[in-house]
Amino acid sequence: MSALLEVEDLRVTFPTRTGVVEAVRGVSFSLGRERLGIVGESGSGKSQTGRAIMGLTPPQARVSAAKLSFDGLDLMSLPGKQRRALRGNRIAMILQDPKYSLDPVMTIGRQIMETLRTHEKVGKTEARERTLQMLEAVQIRDPKRVFDLHPHEVSGGMGQRAMIAMMLIAEPELMIADEPTSALDVTVQLDVLNILDRLVADRGMGLIFISHDLRLVSSFCDRVIVMYAGKVVEELKASDLGRAEHPYTRGLLDCMPRIDADRHPLPVLDRKPEWAA
Amino acid sequence: MTSMLRVDQLNVVFDRFQALRGVSLDVGQGESFGLVGESGSGKSTLLRAIAGLVPVASGTIAVGGQKLGKKRDKAFYRKVQMVFQDPYGSLHPRQTVDRLLQEPLAIHGFSDGEQRIRRALDEVGLGSGFRFRYSHQLSGGQRQRVAIARALIVEPSILLLDEPTSALDASVQAEVLNLLEQVRRDRELTFLMVSHDLAVIAHMCERLMVMQNGEAVESLAATSLATRDVSQHYTRRLLKASEGFVRT
Repeated sequence: MSALLEVEDLRVTFPTRTGVVEAVRGVSFSLGRERLGIVGESGSGKSQTGRAIMGLTPPQARVSAAKLSFDGLDLMSLPGKQRRALRGNRIAMILQDPKYSLDPVMTIGRQIMETLRTHEKVGKTEARERTLQMLEAVQIRDPKRVFDLHPHEVSGGMGQRAMIAMMLIAEPELMIADEPTSALDVTVQLDVLNILDRLVADRGMGLIFISHDLRLVSSFCDRVIVMYAGKVVEELKASDLGRAEHPYTRGLLDCMPRIDADRHPLPVLDRKPEWAA
Repeated sequence: MTSMLRVDQLNVVFDRFQALRGVSLDVGQGESFGLVGESGSGKSTLLRAIAGLVPVASGTIAVGGQKLGKKRDKAFYRKVQMVFQDPYGSLHPRQTVDRLLQEPLAIHGFSDGEQRIRRALDEVGLGSGFRFRYSHQLSGGQRQRVAIARALIVEPSILLLDEPTSALDASVQAEVLNLLEQVRRDRELTFLMVSHDLAVIAHMCERLMVMQNGEAVESLAATSLATRDVSQHYTRRLLKASEGFVRT
């Protein structure tokens, strides 16, 4: 399997009043056309890793890497204009909450058409046609109606589907999904994951699935990377999660309440300073 | 078991939207009762109606056998305290922890404030080092501990918990759930707890009610979740969803 994305020694640092904060501290991995999960708690650097790949790190932060290449392109040295041409076209990102990530004053249909026409030379009629097809592909039952709605007029699940449609319309090769279902109800969560799963499989995309939910990620992805304090502490096949060795991974799995187990009190994480070293 | 909190045929209407449709429940003294359902199912509205935060259209609420009127008296607010979901939104950003904890004491006329604040902070595992900090200097889990301390400081007998751990990381959630269980045991509290997470409810509660569209779908014992002994299709769907993603 040839690597679609190669990351080597990725670092993201933020200058603050009290000194430099290292959000990501030397993360390395490579990704083929597969589903990779990145798991960790808040502040573990998982989202900043995704953003650095996408090129969406805030301007005050510094990104460095020994290697950050996408399909042979060196992302670190690529000029801004070309980087922008990649974004939304060959690399796309789904964000957590459709309420904040969709444009509130534009209809859903127009937003999706705009994405398409930014990256491809297509006429209005064709763009509309393809947008409707895409809305149908994310299982929106009445695409014509939803096309003309504004984001506040649809539910969270529907908004997230529209967002996925928008991200997929330019047919990206790499999709970064940052907590794509955390803002949704459990029952809707599974519908959205099903759609994402099928589209990724059909189109042979690479997927990076960022989440705090270790169990959800392992049921969805092929491989899982566990991050703690900006570093990768463990990498394992999703099916081997039960055989995780790092005490942090085991602790994360263990501390969640289960329906069919009576454990009082719940085991808590005993954080060791050497995990962050 | 004597009834601590009893809700009978409660209806809540916002303009023309009916948020609760004839919901009834009975929570015994010292019991922990859970409410589950998806967003918009009315579970939080039910909690807020009990606390007096939303107007009740019809139906009755009784605490410790006493029916509540339209206006809650001061004794009610001492007996019933609430912990909210978002610890970032429920603490005053410009008040120190000390000031936050003094407020309920002043309202209810406690004189031994100093002692109570120290004890409350100890009880939630924060220690006096946190006493003069502002909420932005605390992590999410620490803030939720402050919110719990604020609720406990007036010695309530019922705690209304609205998704108390859903804004927290899994490891911090475990700590806060353990703390809640500890204080419930120590103070013989009655819990009414809302969550969208079936596993959290199954862990914390003895009985639960599943809600959908403002109605009660099913009431069951937490043990029947583990044995999958549920009768309604909707409950089964929730159970299935809580098991994670299954590739079809």
